[in-house]
Formats: sequence, structure tokens, C-alpha cells
Amino acid sequence: MNPIATLGHYTLETLREIGRVAIFAAKGLKSCFVPPFFWREIFRQIMQIGFYSLPIVGLTAFFAGVVIALQTYVGFTRFNAEGAVATVVLITITRELGPVFAGLMVAGRVSSSIAAELGAMKVSEQIDALMTLRVDPYKFLVAPRIIAGTLMLPILVLICDIIGIMGGFLISVTRLEFSIGTYLAQTMNNFVMMDLVSGLVKAAFFGFTLVVFGCYYGFNSELGARGVGNATTNAVVFACICIFILNSLLTALFFGI
Amino acid sequence: MSNIVFDNVKKSFDSGLQVLRGISLTVDKGESHIILGRSGCGKSVLLKCLLSIFELTDGDIFVDGISVKDKKRRGEYMRKFSILFQGNALFDSMTILENAMFGVKQLGKKNAECKRIAVEKLEAVGLDESVFDLYPAEISGGMQKRAALARAIAIEPEILLFDEPTSGLDPITGGMICNLLRDTVRKLNVTALTITHDLKVAEFLADRASVLNDGNIVWTGHTKDMKNCGNEFVEDFYRASNVILDNKLR
Repeated sequence: MNPIATLGHYTLETLREIGRVAIFAAKGLKSCFVPPFFWREIFRQIMQIGFYSLPIVGLTAFFAGVVIALQTYVGFTRFNAEGAVATVVLITITRELGPVFAGLMVAGRVSSSIAAELGAMKVSEQIDALMTLRVDPYKFLVAPRIIAGTLMLPILVLICDIIGIMGGFLISVTRLEFSIGTYLAQTMNNFVMMDLVSGLVKAAFFGFTLVVFGCYYGFNSELGARGVGNATTNAVVFACICIFILNSLLTALFFGI
Repeated sequence: MSNIVFDNVKKSFDSGLQVLRGISLTVDKGESHIILGRSGCGKSVLLKCLLSIFELTDGDIFVDGISVKDKKRRGEYMRKFSILFQGNALFDSMTILENAMFGVKQLGKKNAECKRIAVEKLEAVGLDESVFDLYPAEISGGMQKRAALARAIAIEPEILLFDEPTSGLDPITGGMICNLLRDTVRKLNVTALTITHDLKVAEFLADRASVLNDGNIVWTGHTKDMKNCGNEFVEDFYRASNVILDNKLR
């Protein structure tokens, strides 16, 4: 086959897919603001996406904080700047690693589970059953997940930031011979609200994105176990890629680069 | 009670596959009609077109004169139906009682009223309170079918649709479900449309039957007339069904 034709075919197919995801996201977003609201489903998704993700996100954040402190200390010692460890941990965690790690961990945990659950519901005609019972599947299945994802990711990231900074603090005072007072003072003095806010706004976007990909691939899952498996994989892969792209765009937007 | 009119219904998919090639059929008010056909002949697609899950490629479907394409009257159109899906389609994340209550809740009734109706319907289909708090995966296929029927009738539809109602059930349970469906249709005095490939189910449930082959209705009439109806495919289908049944009995 002509390589240019092949390239053109894949480009067009990619654009079509982006269009389909965008339309799905717009429909899902609209359904978040139009009654009826399924409060019980929203609460269930808040628990599922937020509360149950907390251990894995917290653990990731803690070790991220530890590693940043250790690496920064080792690197900065070369030019006698090890005193900046607390500041580096603070900025890196709040601006970047907190939201990105939380986004990726929740994408792995939640996008896959949403895609699998909705894919299985499609295969077993439960989504059709909703329609015959006069329930809009977008309002019952997509909207609660979007609301939960968009609200809970910033909260998870806030907790993640605190745990990450604590990880850096603990390793610094126990292994790197920082004094508790100095480390805390440096952290407090260099805290900038915009760093935290930018991370939380990013998290809201990530939460929305990872839920939309999970729902989209679940809704469009092909029939059979293989179809559901592919939907799960695609949901996680594309959610992760999108998180990285969004992170770059939002970073440029927030910090005027 | 409502009537259903299929007017030259055609359905093709993006892949180019044409499944329905011009179905025209009228199901009268209060009638129990069966659509028979081989696996993959388009029976379920026809049902999904009726439920507006699939958009028609051409033609129209009317229920009491309301077109499936009339978006302004979509709510009124959809309110007339309830369906018992082939795989039951009970919601995994809800208990049996919650499943039965789900459709009623959408009608805006209060929780206590929904629960009363759901319990009444579950008991009417032969389920007792020992299964109310169980999840669908925790009960047998026959019980799931009963629970799905309870959910379907709880919203008091004018038309009941049954998609392969005995598939996946053993003959005894299948027979019990058939009895239950026939009694339910008579008691509720509704129009019923059943889709099946099982001739015995058709003979038991139907007032009239239509045979679907290769995307077309090739015969409509009373099931007792199938054997000598003059249509080669229908007669073959009848004979093959009986041979399979005879072989099963041996």
C-alpha cells in the first residue's frame, strides 16, 4: 500500500476518533448540569474514584517525595546548594508530580475499571435496559463519574501534596541531617499559593479526562471478552497520554512560558 | 393496549451489512405476536429498531400512531414499552429489589410506593423476600428471568417485548417461564411481541406468528398453519424444529 495513503488514512482516522471523543465529552458534560441527578450514583462514584484511590495515590506521593529529596540532595551537593531541597520538594510536588502521579495512578485504577464495567454493561444489554426504562445512560452512567472524577481528583491531589511533602521532610530530617525547624521554615517561606492552585486545577482537568476516556471506551466497547479487554487497555493508554499533553499545555498556560 | 405498525423497515450497518430489507407488519392491540426466525436473521435488530436503540435506515415504525422518528413524542412513545431481554440485563450493582424498583422510581413515585409496587410484582412472578436483597449474580438463571420480568411489568407498560425468553434455561424452567409470561400477558391485558427461534415457545405463547428470513417477513399467520402454509422456508423451519425436538426426546 502507498505509504502516503496509509499515513493519510491513519491521520484521518485519528482525527475522527478525536472528534468522537470530543462529542462524547461534550454530551457527558452537558448531562452533568441537566436534571435528573442520580445522587446515590454520584456518591457511589465519589467513594469509588476518590476514597478508594487514596491509599495507592498516597503511597505513590510519599515515595515520590522521598526520591525527590534524595536525588535533589545528591545533585545539589555538587554545587553546595543542598539547602534548597525543601523548596525543590515543595515546588515539584505541588506543581507537577502531585497532580501527574495522582492522575496516572487514578487513570490506571479508575479508567480501566470504568471501561470494563461499562463494557460489560453494554455486552449484557444493561445500557439498552436503561434506555427502555426511560433513563438517559449519559445521566446515569457518565455524569456521576464525571462529577466524581472532576471533584475528587483535586482533593486527592491536595492530600497527595501533603503526603509527598511529608515524605521529603521525613527523609531529609532522618537521613540527610536537616533540622526540623529549618526544613519546615524553608517549606513555609517558599510556599506560593499559585503553585498549589495550578496543581489542583490540573487535577480537575485530569479527573475529567480520565473519566471521559473510561466511559467512552466502555460505551464503545466491541462485544465479547476481547472487546472489553481492548476497551480497558485503550482507556488507560489514551487517558495517560492525554494527561501528559494536558499537563504540558496547562503548565505553559499557568506559568506563561 | 397499543398496536404496532412496522412500515417497510430497513436497517443497514456502517459495515454495509443490510439486516432488515423492508419489514411490513401490524401487531394488533391486545395480540400476542411472535417473530420466529433462525439465529442471526435480524430478529433482535428489529426489536432494537422498535425500541429506537438503533436508528432506521428507511421506513418507519408506529405505536398507536406515534412514529419512532418523532423526537418530540419520544417520551410518550417509550413509555408504552417494557422489555424482557435475552440475557435479563439486570443491573449488577443493584439488588433484586432495587432492580425491580428502578423503573418505577423514574416515574417520579415516592420511595415507599416504589417499594410496595416492586415487592408486589416480585411476588407476582414467584419470588419471595429471601432473594430481595441478593444481587443478580447470586441467584439462578430462572430467578433472574423472573426478576427481570418483575422489573418489566412494574412500570405498567402497554406493550411487553420478550427477546428469546427461554434462552439459556433448562426445559423445565423454560416451561415455567413460558407459563408465567402467558399468564402475565393475559392478566395485564397488554400487547405482546416475542422474538424467538423456538417453535414450541411460539406455539405456546402466540396468537399469530411471523417468520423472518434474510431480512424479510416471509410468512404471517397462526402457528398451527405453519406446517402446510405453502412457503418452503417456513415448512422447512417447522420440520427442522420438530426433528430437533424429537431428537432431544430420544
